[in-house]
Order: sequence, then structure tokens, then C-alpha cells
Amino acid sequence: MPAKRSSPLLTALRLGSIGGGVALLLSLMGMVEALSERDIIAGVISTGIALIVAIFMVFGFSAARAQSDSSPVTRIAVGTLTGAIGESFLIGLVIFGQNVDLRPVFPSASPELYTLLQFGRTGTQAYVTMLVFGAVVGAFGAGLALMPARYRRAIVVGLTAVTLSGLLEDLIHITLATAPGLLVLADRILARGVESGLKPIGAVVVFVLFAIVTFFWGPIRTGIDAGRKAVPPSQRHRAGLLIYGLLIVILLLLPKAFGPYLTEVSNSVMIFAVMAVGLNIVVGFAGLLDLGYVAFFAIGAYTMGVLTTTAVGAQRGQIVWGPQLTFWEALPIAVLFSITAGILLGIPVLRMRGDYLAIVTLGFGEIVRIMALSDALKPFIGGSQGMVEIGVPSLGQVNARLSSQELYYYLMLAVLFLVIFIALRLRDSRQGRRWMAMREDEDVAQAVGIRLVSTKLLAFASGAAMAGLAGAIFASKVGSVYPHSFNLLVSINVLAVVIVGGMGSVPGVVAGALVLFGLPELLREFSEFRYFVFGAVLVAMMLYRPEGLWPEAKRRQELHEADESGPDPQPEVLVTSGGAGSA
Amino acid sequence: MRRFFERYDIIDVIMWLIAAAILIGALIGSVKTIQSGKYSAATWVDLSISGLTQGSIYALIALGYTMVYGILRMINFAHSEVFMSGSFVGYFAATWLAASGFMDANPVLGLIVVFFVAALTSVVVAVLLERIAYRPLRRAPRLVPLITAIGASLFLQYMFRGLFGSQVRSYPPMPRLEGSVTGPLGVEIEYVQILVIVAAALMMLFLYLYVQRTRAGRAIRAVSEDKDVAALMGIDVDSAIVTTFVLGAAFAGMAGVLYALIFRQITFFMGFVPGIKAFTAAVLGGIGNIPGAMLGGLVLGITESVGTILFLDGYGVPAPYQLKDGIAFVVLVLILILRPTGLLGERLARTKA
Repeated sequence: MPAKRSSPLLTALRLGSIGGGVALLLSLMGMVEALSERDIIAGVISTGIALIVAIFMVFGFSAARAQSDSSPVTRIAVGTLTGAIGESFLIGLVIFGQNVDLRPVFPSASPELYTLLQFGRTGTQAYVTMLVFGAVVGAFGAGLALMPARYRRAIVVGLTAVTLSGLLEDLIHITLATAPGLLVLADRILARGVESGLKPIGAVVVFVLFAIVTFFWGPIRTGIDAGRKAVPPSQRHRAGLLIYGLLIVILLLLPKAFGPYLTEVSNSVMIFAVMAVGLNIVVGFAGLLDLGYVAFFAIGAYTMGVLTTTAVGAQRGQIVWGPQLTFWEALPIAVLFSITAGILLGIPVLRMRGDYLAIVTLGFGEIVRIMALSDALKPFIGGSQGMVEIGVPSLGQVNARLSSQELYYYLMLAVLFLVIFIALRLRDSRQGRRWMAMREDEDVAQAVGIRLVSTKLLAFASGAAMAGLAGAIFASKVGSVYPHSFNLLVSINVLAVVIVGGMGSVPGVVAGALVLFGLPELLREFSEFRYFVFGAVLVAMMLYRPEGLWPEAKRRQELHEADESGPDPQPEVLVTSGGAGSA
Repeated sequence: MRRFFERYDIIDVIMWLIAAAILIGALIGSVKTIQSGKYSAATWVDLSISGLTQGSIYALIALGYTMVYGILRMINFAHSEVFMSGSFVGYFAATWLAASGFMDANPVLGLIVVFFVAALTSVVVAVLLERIAYRPLRRAPRLVPLITAIGASLFLQYMFRGLFGSQVRSYPPMPRLEGSVTGPLGVEIEYVQILVIVAAALMMLFLYLYVQRTRAGRAIRAVSEDKDVAALMGIDVDSAIVTTFVLGAAFAGMAGVLYALIFRQITFFMGFVPGIKAFTAAVLGGIGNIPGAMLGGLVLGITESVGTILFLDGYGVPAPYQLKDGIAFVVLVLILILRPTGLLGERLARTKA
């Protein structure tokens, strides 16, 4: 689409103002300050400053790109000016904020923020530094726009790798610490101890490594493909199995390497991943936007709670009735209850489409939460005080040898594999095709003989079953159930995973859960802003990439395999069945 | 019997049974409550008036939902945040005016300024929302703008939380609005309630006249009828859509101030529940229908306020007011089952939704 040409000055002014506005917003929200506690490169650059760098770089890049007809010098100048204009917003904030106390309105506009934005300097010196900083960053962004794509990609990937490895320093250290030889390597590149992030030398190493690999990715990839072609198809299949087998072994050994905290994080991630796979059936396969998905999670958790809690009776708590079943007896009942709830919700909304469905399901989720909170059901499910002493899974001798986190880790891993397996089989079955036909066009689907009633109800029921399963295990893992664990944000969270991963893509959804739940858990100071970022990500995804992050690559890969080796059994299916068996 | 089954699906029958069960349950509950004689007539009138006050606010917010739905066929999930943003920035205006003593000296002018600031904030938020998030997606599949709206709602909520903090803030007391008049049956009606009801009625009258009598209003109606034909007739579709967002947002912003005058306390999360209820009100009245939204808001407000006690107290449910928020959703489901067109609207839930 040819953009309207505007003068270089206007472009810089427009994009600089937008960039400056964004930087101003993030500063006033306290994001810059909160993130600056963690360094990406120890003593050199903090995450907060990196955020500002990223903003001005992107806007400098877009400015230079918008002026694609101009000469390179003009384009660099436009980028420089964009960065400087953007930074002048922050200068304005600093000057204004030092004279007027903004904190009654903006609690985050603290002196620490100003010091941070001024790079620790004061007076005119600081303003000049800031302006130069903005100009340089903008010029760098513009420079990226001028480069050939191959160089640009190498630099961007290198920078991203440095950022990520700086952020995930803890994780990398723990992972590398499993082998003594690697630990030495880790100490070379990671700034452990007082400071966080990478050592400067480590940053250079990571950057160069990733930039070079990206730069030569074309030839490397051709080499890999050639290598793969050299292997005969039958053995290639076996090699694939071997790789996946290795993956499973790694997954099984992971808790030993991770330690209790990271195992616990993995458990939460897996619980949400199971929910996301379930919601993916409803939203991704069948196209029914369910915003009350948390209701089934809650029903699963509460069923598990009611059936297994041992805090029953007048003295032990308010709960008046409880059969005190074991975890394993209660689990199928919890799933069954969720399925029933799914069908019961499904019936009234059978005739609704799109937005109505969304809002009614949202209402259903809220009703479940309100009921859980109310005094009316308090004798049975504990009201706002919740329920405690919920049963744990017992496996005889095994319990003694595993820590609680490890026990749930293996349980969740098995459940996750099972659920992925079911979802993939459903996707490739006649039922899956019915769902997708219905998603594309309900009327046409009905016209070709698909029964909408059973198709929809089955989608709701399968989604509800997975959420109920996740909820039941969640209740047991936490040991207690409280109504506030089941608010709308859980539904939105899971929805965000499905959207970002790619609606309808099972591996995408699992990866999405890993990123959207794993990252905020690991980056504690970020978690305060996670919903802000989720909201922005949802809007941005819908505007620029509604199909999600994963499916396109997947589809490309599938098409690629199809034209080189003909019909090939789908690898994931085989592997997950192996996984479910072995786990 | 056979003809009956040919005409009606088994699903229809099940849904009617569900609806009938809920209605009969409500009826029996009402009879029991009234028989118990726990509540006097004055209590019921009192509840009705507070329901009417609440309902007026729902109606004002519902107008934004219904107008945007009428013109774009999408639920603007972020409308509840438009409401919240007006209330929030109005708070700063009100605090500032109260601190400077202006509010005590000129209470009417002061309130008008607060209303104006709130409306302006909401309008800015809504116009940006339309420009950035919704306009590029006008031709996209239905699920896409819906998810965008959910994302925008989350974004705005947490943007306000980040900017202004997560603590509960209280509007400054307005001494001139405290106090009450005694109505029939010895019922006390607070000044604030009168202000809310009258202000809402005036605003709705203005909107009705604007949409029915002015050129811009006619353009809005034409675009909601058919965008393409309207464009062929020389109507600027984009500007008609922006006008719709502006009107809806201005009303939501002012509703935000009214809401804060009654409940005093505001948080970044305050938009969610009124937003959902206003949407229910819009559906109840018939979505896309402006008088319907007004009627729906009032009916929902009263149902919620009176019905919570009337339907549930007879069953001996402890603390029925806790279930108040659930009533709106049950009403929503009932309406969609029994009369998807809403009280005054055309049938949309099936055909266009």
C-alpha cells in the first residue's frame, strides 16, 4: 500500500511525537523505573533504559522507512530527529516534574524516575545527554532501515538474544549449572551475585554468536536440509522419533535440574497450558468465543475440593458435608461435573453467535464466581473463606521418593501430553473437520448436513473437560480453593494464550502458554504490567497478525515437507502418543 | 403433537423449560417474600428509587453500546473503560476544584466543569480507540474486532492502574448534594438521586432529539442502516462513525461522574460490572435501538434492586444482595432465550450477530 508522502520534517515530528508519547506513558506508569531494577548488561544498561531504546529505535526505523524515496542522508537525519523529538518529551517530563510534584496524580513520577531518565546527571548536562541519546538511538534505528535485510536481521536477532539472555539470567544459570563444565562458561558470561544480567564481555559473545548464525542462516539451513534429504525416509522417521524421545527424557529429568522454585513455575505453566489446549478447542477449532472459561476451571477445582477436603464438620470448619474421597476417586468426578456444566452452558447459547456468545459466557463465568463467594452456598463450599485440606494424589511408594513439586510435575506432564494427544486426534478426526467447517460458516456447515447442536455441545464439553481437569489438579496442588482465584482475568489470560499462540494451533498454544505464563513468573517486576502488555499484545496481534505467531511457520513447514517427501505421518501425533504412554 | 415437533426444535423446548423454571422460581419467591411481610411498602418504593437511579446510569452507558453496535455490529467491550476513564479524570478535576474552594463557592458551575472534563476525557479515549484499534478492522471477520476490543479494554484498565495507582480513590464530598427530601409514604429521596435521574433524563432527551432531528443524526441512522448505500448517498461514513463514538463516550464519561457521585469510590476496575450491566440493558431494550437502551437500563436497574430481595428473600437465602450482580446475567440469558429482539428491537441475536 503506497503511503501518502509527507515531508521529512513532518514525518519526524509525527513519529517522534508518537514515540515520545509512548515513552512518556511507560515512564509515568512506572514501567521504566520498575524494570530498571534488573540489568541486561550489568552496570551498562538496565531493562528500563532498554525499553526506551527499543521505542525510539522502532520509531526511528519507521521514520526512515516512511521516507524511502529520500536520500540515505535525509533518512538518517529523519531518524535522528525522530529520536530527538521523542526524547524531548521525556526532557519535558523531567523539567516539569522537578518543578511541580506530580505524585498526587501519577504515583510513579518519583525523583528516582527522573534520575534514571537523566542517566544520573543533573542540569543542562543531563538534558544534552538525553537529547544526544535520543538522537543516536533514532539514528541507529534509521540505520537499520537503510541496511540490507540480511544484515538487519542479524543485528536484530543478536540484540534480541542479548536482551533475552540478560533477562533470563537466572534460568540460564540454573540450566547451565547442571554440568560442571558449563558452569564455568556461565560464570564467564553471566554477572552473578550483586548485579544481574550479562557481563559486558558475555553480551558481546552472545551478540556476535547469534548475529553470525543468523547472518549465515541461509547456507546453514540449506546444509541441514541437504543432510536430511540424504537420510532415507524410513530412517528419517526413526531419527525423528529419536529426537522426540530425547526431548521426553529431558522433560522427565528437568525437575532435578530446575529445583523446587522453577519446578513450581513449570507446574503453573502446565496447568494453564492444559486450559489453553482446551480453550483452543472451543475458540480455535470451533470458533466459539468463550469468555467464561474460568467457570469450568472453578467447577473442577471446587468439585475436587468438596469431594476430598478433610476439614469437614462443625469443629473443623464451616463445611457441613464432604465424602472425603481420595484424589484419584475425585478426579474423574470433577471432570464429569465440568463436562456437565459445559453442556448446561452450551444449551442456552446454542443459538447465539459471536459477540452474544462472548458476553453470555462471560456472564456465566461471573455467576459461578458470585455463587462461590456468596453466603448462600457457604455451608457447602466455604464462601469467601474458601476450602482447605484438599486431597493430594497418592501413589504408594512413589510419594516418599518425590517432593511435592516433582509429584505434580510428573502428573501435569502426563496430563499435558494426554490432553495434547486428544486435541490433536480430535483436530484430525471427522469431528475436528466439522468444527472447522462450523467455524468457517455455520449456515453452510448446516446445509451440508452437520448437526450444529451436537457439534457445538461437543466443543463445549471437551473444552470444559480439560479446564475441569486442570482445575481439579490446581486445587489439589495449591491445597485450598478460594473464589478470588477464579476471576475473569483467568479467562482473558487463557484467551490471550490461544490468540498469541495461534487459534487452532495446538503446538502454538502450548508455546504461547510457556511464554505468556512462564515469562511473567520469571520476571517478577514485570508481572505488575503483564495485563497491560497482554492487552497491547491482543490488539497488536489482531491488527497485524490475526492468525497468531505459530501457525504460519507451522503451515509453511507442513507445505515444505509435503512437497519433498510426499505423504508422511504427522510426527507430533506419533510422538505424543509415545509421550502419553511413557509418562 | 407431530406438527408441534415439526415446528419446534427440541432445543427450543429445553430452552423454554429453563426459562419457565427461572420465571416460576422468581414468582414463587416473590409470593413468599410478600407473604412473609418483612418489608413495608416504603421499603419497596425506596428500593425502586435506588434502582431507578442505578438504572439511569446503566441507561447512559448502554447508549454507547447500543449506538456503536447499531453502526458497526460489534460489542465495544472497551466502552466500560471509556466510562471508567471519564470518572477517573473527573475525579482529579473534582478534587482540584474542591481543594481550591471553587466547588463550595459555585457548586453548579463546578459540577458542570467536572462533567465537561469527564466527558472530554472519555471522548478522547474513545476516538483514539476507534482510530487505532477499530477502524483498520472494519472489514475483518467478526471475531477479530471483538478480541481487539477485549484487548483494548484490558490495556486501558491497566494503563489507568499504572498511571494513577491501584488504590481506591474517593470523590470529594459535595455538601450541597447531601440531604434528602421526603416523598410519598415517608420515603427519603436523596438530592443526589434526583440529580442523577434528572440529568440522565435530560441527556437522553438531548440524544434522542439529536439523532432524530439533526443532519448528523440522520447520517448516523443512515450508516447504521447500510454503510455502503449511505456512502453512495454522499454520507461521510467515517465521520458518522466517529460522531457515534463521540456521543456514546460523552454520555459514558458523564455517567462516570454520576456513578461516582452516588458510590463515591472509584478504582481502575470500576468499569467492568456497570459495563456488563449496561450491555445487558442494551440487549434488554433491543440492541441498536436508542429508546430501547434507555428503557432497558431503567428496567434492569429496578429488577436488580427490587428483584434481588423480592425473588430470593422468600427462599431464606442468606445475604441475597450478594447475588445482585448475578441477576443481570440471568436477565440477559432469559431475554436472549425468550425475546432475542429485546423489548423494543429487531431480531439481531440470530441474524446479524
